[in-house]
Amino acid sequence: MTKKFSGKTLHWEWQDGVIELTLDRAPANEIGMDTLADLELFVAAFPALEKETAVCIIHSTRKHGFCAGADLRELYHGAASLSVNESVANVRKFLERIHAVLNAIDSAPFVTIAAVHGVCFGGGFELALACDLIIADKMARFAFPELRLGLIPGFGGIPRLKRDLGNALVRDLLLTGRSINAARAQAVGLVSQLAAEGEALRVARGTAAQITKFDATARAAAKKFIKPIPHDELKREIAIFCELFTRPEVMAALKKFVTSDDPMPYLP
Amino acid sequence: MRTLQQTTQEVLDLAATHFHVPAGTLAPEDDFFKKLGIDSLQALEMLSRLENHFAIELPDFEVQGVSDFKTLAERIQSRL
Repeated sequence: MTKKFSGKTLHWEWQDGVIELTLDRAPANEIGMDTLADLELFVAAFPALEKETAVCIIHSTRKHGFCAGADLRELYHGAASLSVNESVANVRKFLERIHAVLNAIDSAPFVTIAAVHGVCFGGGFELALACDLIIADKMARFAFPELRLGLIPGFGGIPRLKRDLGNALVRDLLLTGRSINAARAQAVGLVSQLAAEGEALRVARGTAAQITKFDATARAAAKKFIKPIPHDELKREIAIFCELFTRPEVMAALKKFVTSDDPMPYLP
Repeated sequence: MRTLQQTTQEVLDLAATHFHVPAGTLAPEDDFFKKLGIDSLQALEMLSRLENHFAIELPDFEVQGVSDFKTLAERIQSRL
């Protein structure tokens, strides 16, 4: 039996105990309101799917990568016509909704795998960090470029990366804004398996086939035991993000980014 | 240890292969954004290929403002 869903920005299919969620929004799966709505529908299906699901693989069909992060153009244009208080209220609402989605993925009773290629930046990196395993092809790159905008990552990335790998790596990525390649990401423990270029999904499927052999109750208990959600830090992250977002420097940086003709506008 | 000339040639060869440009049409002084017609995401792809090829890490900020192959090769050389 197959179950399917197709939204504006993604589609997913359940087959033989494995869900494959495919991110598919041009140009590079930037996360805005449409993606949020599709992801909310996806996690709303968990209660109906979880008893018969062992693994969920999240991957992208977009050529440039897994996900380039939040949709900054939508963020800028949405905030530009509003008062500061109104735009902060909208941002807070968006963050609370995306946190609910990522917390649901983080705590799903099945195993979640991010199969990553190309760019995995900002909000895309935070989506991957909500997953249990990251399998990356050798062309993948990971970054938190948010400080270039005068912000911090807002989708739970800092608490999750700190939980998984510790504060030093968070500081390196956050405070320099640099991207690291897949080999480095594997060396520090972020990436569990390296795949050849274009082979991350195939490796993820092979890993899923192994995981489905294990007892579901033990798997869920193990995950709950070793992967607590850092709720307090996640709430604090939203508060800090919203506090920073009120500053005119942020809108100026967003405007500079969305109107830039610099060949490398992602650089701080 | 590679010489800077060798590194530069390898950068040119890698760019020509990846972006399907005839070998020998790229020169060290060329602006790779203009010559290859690439955008920021493709520049990141090139950065990944260079890092993999030379087995180095080249932080993005070290190549900020760099647009010619020769300077790019010099940045790589300093990491070899």
